[in-house]
Amino acid sequence: MTDKTNITLTINGHDHAIAVEPRRTLVDAIREDCGQTGTHIGCEHGICGACTVIVDGEPVRSCLMFAVQAAHKQIRTVEGLASGDTLHPMQQAFMDHHGLQCGFCTPGFLMLAVGVLERNPDISDDDLLDVLSSNLCRCTGYQGIIKAVRAAAIEMRK
Amino acid sequence: MTAHTKGTGLKWVGRAMRRVEDPALVQGQGKFTADLPAAHWVRFVRSPNAAGRIIGINKPDGALVITAADLTGVKKITPMLHKFAYRAVAQPILAENVVRYVGEAVAAVVAASEEEAEDIADLVELDIEQTAPVIDSRDALADGAPQIHAIAPGNVILEGKHKTPGFDEVWASAAKIITLDARSNRQNATPMEARAGHAVFDAVSGRVTLTCTTQMPHLMRTAIADVLGMRESDLRVIAPDVGGGFGQKMSLCAEYVVLVWLARKLKSSVAWTEDRRENLIASFHSRDQYIKLEAAFDKDAKLLALHADVISNVGAYSCFPTTSGVEPLMAMAEMPGPYDVQQYQCRARGVLTNTCTMAAYRGVSRPIITFTLERLMDKAANAFGIDAIDIRRRNLIDTFPYTSAMGLVYDEATYQQTLEMAVKAIDVPAFRARQTAARAQGRYLGLGIATFSERTGYGSPAFAARGMEITPGWETVILTVDPSGFVEARIGSSPHGQGLRTTLAQIIADEIGVTPDIIKIIHGDTDTSPYGWGTFASRSLVISGGATLIAAQKVRAKLIKIASHLLEASPDDIVLADGAATVAGTDRSITIGKMAREAYTQTHKFKGEIEPGMTESGTYDPPGTFSNACHVAIVEVDIETGQTKIEKFLVAEDAGKIINPMIADGQVIGGIAQGIGNALLEEIIYDEHGVPTTATLADYMPPTAREMPPIELHHIETMSTQSITKAKGLGEGGCIGAPAAIVNAINDALSPFGAALDEIPATPQRVRAALRTALSSPLWEGEKSNP
Repeated sequence: MTDKTNITLTINGHDHAIAVEPRRTLVDAIREDCGQTGTHIGCEHGICGACTVIVDGEPVRSCLMFAVQAAHKQIRTVEGLASGDTLHPMQQAFMDHHGLQCGFCTPGFLMLAVGVLERNPDISDDDLLDVLSSNLCRCTGYQGIIKAVRAAAIEMRK
Repeated sequence: MTAHTKGTGLKWVGRAMRRVEDPALVQGQGKFTADLPAAHWVRFVRSPNAAGRIIGINKPDGALVITAADLTGVKKITPMLHKFAYRAVAQPILAENVVRYVGEAVAAVVAASEEEAEDIADLVELDIEQTAPVIDSRDALADGAPQIHAIAPGNVILEGKHKTPGFDEVWASAAKIITLDARSNRQNATPMEARAGHAVFDAVSGRVTLTCTTQMPHLMRTAIADVLGMRESDLRVIAPDVGGGFGQKMSLCAEYVVLVWLARKLKSSVAWTEDRRENLIASFHSRDQYIKLEAAFDKDAKLLALHADVISNVGAYSCFPTTSGVEPLMAMAEMPGPYDVQQYQCRARGVLTNTCTMAAYRGVSRPIITFTLERLMDKAANAFGIDAIDIRRRNLIDTFPYTSAMGLVYDEATYQQTLEMAVKAIDVPAFRARQTAARAQGRYLGLGIATFSERTGYGSPAFAARGMEITPGWETVILTVDPSGFVEARIGSSPHGQGLRTTLAQIIADEIGVTPDIIKIIHGDTDTSPYGWGTFASRSLVISGGATLIAAQKVRAKLIKIASHLLEASPDDIVLADGAATVAGTDRSITIGKMAREAYTQTHKFKGEIEPGMTESGTYDPPGTFSNACHVAIVEVDIETGQTKIEKFLVAEDAGKIINPMIADGQVIGGIAQGIGNALLEEIIYDEHGVPTTATLADYMPPTAREMPPIELHHIETMSTQSITKAKGLGEGGCIGAPAAIVNAINDALSPFGAALDEIPATPQRVRAALRTALSSPLWEGEKSNP
């Protein structure tokens, strides 16, 4: 299992040439090989969604994808959401609506919500609730997250 | 001074100020333990057996594998209580000779990467001769049960007893005795960040820095130094950003001791990141209790006496610092809850089993005792033929201060008022009409009420009453205005999601007349913050907030003194506001920045009358206060599937002065979510061999956004006389009331069938079982076909 493969991961527009074992998960490669630790690991079972990133426009659980599968794809993580000092509307909305407490699950929720709203800006409130039910948060009781995502959806449609 | 507080008071306190914690966290710039690189990684080899003798540990050739035999001179974790017939059960850092639960760490594999450590760990062979385990606490109490520790015969680690004088006489006078057998199954607090530790040795100083996911960094330093027999000053503990704790991260983890030991031995950096399976089976569990509660009422449904028998399954070892007493003793102390009852008898036992060690989890016992007591009150209301609201009106405490049968002094609260507020807001008559109409259509709605008290912000006397060897309580805050006029507060509390950096800044801002954006709160590092007890037990805003206020009052006094010198005015005429001191009624003014600069650099001006610098400290150790609330749940139960849907959840709560309404509401709502998990979803299950079968988040199920009902919050603010900020704590209330309200609502929904459910979580299987039991009863006279 120790033979490594050379791949290039493109994260937030920057290329990272790395050598990984075939078994290396995308989240481990993002965090450890590329040093982008904003993406968190909550369960490694694909259940909690803390590791959600956007790959070629789709939110994915980066603990369930191998790094080699993401080679040459466009990967977006929480570090790439803001434009310079200007926060993404989703980040601003999470702050405005108390959508986070400890902040551990937050990057995953941000990427999930941004990924879904970019694909489907007019998603219904009920479908949005289904989407948000795919990630776990233990602190907020979700009310702040739901409010934040609905508010950001309005901003993103502008 | 009081004449001039106008204009400075209540400027920031009370505002829903945005959190200063958030900008970094929403940009992925939080610093969590697992983000740190290390030269060595550890994987623990854990026992696959619940009970057995270790015959041999076969290590792969050339691998660095540490076992108990290597840890010579390392003491065992031995938490201590000096009361309640406590048995000083000791936990070896790695299992020694025997294993006592599935998941107990037996060996530590050290390698250059996590993956390599995991690969090697798979090759370590444990030769364990299995012995019979005991999993359920009632089985562990039976004659002839396997003994978990020789020092605790009968598996009882502690037994608390209380009986008020005159109990028997009053009991004998009762018009009715109501009995309830309640069962709360086992939970895991489940912070989204599992545990992690990173220890690094510094060759220059000879010190080790341990960064770990803890709620109490200073006590971890004390405890680990004790166990390793090292100088405490040679250890620095850092709690960086911590991804939730909920009590699970306030106990000493043997794993962290191993990391510090290895860092010293290897003179290098060593890290461990727990995976979710380890967290679910081998971190700390909670809430595994049986409670038999009996209540004596007079003919008017007035509660006369309570009699409780609490059996708390504490797992295989005792947790440090609270000990296994944390759940049973909390249950004993606070069982009477919000009700006026002066006769009380209780026996509360902590029982050892071959399961993961129990420790604190948000609410500590109170979700269970509230569930038990509130189920009993509903049952009593039925027996008396009166309304569930009415029986509470007759029994809730309404004169203050109130001294409980256990001697706890309840400060002023609003038990009756929050009940009235909640039932009015939910509109009970309208619900009853809707319920009746729904039943006619074969739909079963229910409404459940829970009223409770939440003891918060208690200092050292409360912990001393438990006889704890380690008696937490006080907090210290060191507040400095630096020579540039910026403010920093170093605190011993260790917030990890509670927003304390925001709320403490609000308190300071008002007291010294500055804006919160120039204030930084420094915490979570034993090198840079004063000794303190961390963040747990709904204490930080009350105790650390109180210490903050005391320190800020001292800084305020000093600023006024300096202004009086520099502006040549009487201190009584100085107004401190908007970042400056002004002589009242004049335009003579000096900024706080300028005064701070002079306090450091122009001290000769003060002729020795004012100490140089601008640092003051405050320490606060309050007696404790009581928040309170009434929770109401409306549910619909699908009697075909046993599935419960919460239609609405309403809270009327009183936590004293609210410093930041946004953060306060967030704490309540987050607590309710955990209460919903406790009520309906979350259960750690062991099979008959003691193997946990809930080892992923697909098996152990915290609520998702889909399970959350609309939540409506109502507030009353009763200014606490037992807290100098007037704030009461509110970190736990949400999860304390929710299970009781929800399960009372389920029982209300099931009432047409005469079914009763007194066990949480109220899973579909349990709801169906309750229905089947009721419908197979000869007492069932309904016409409805068997659902």
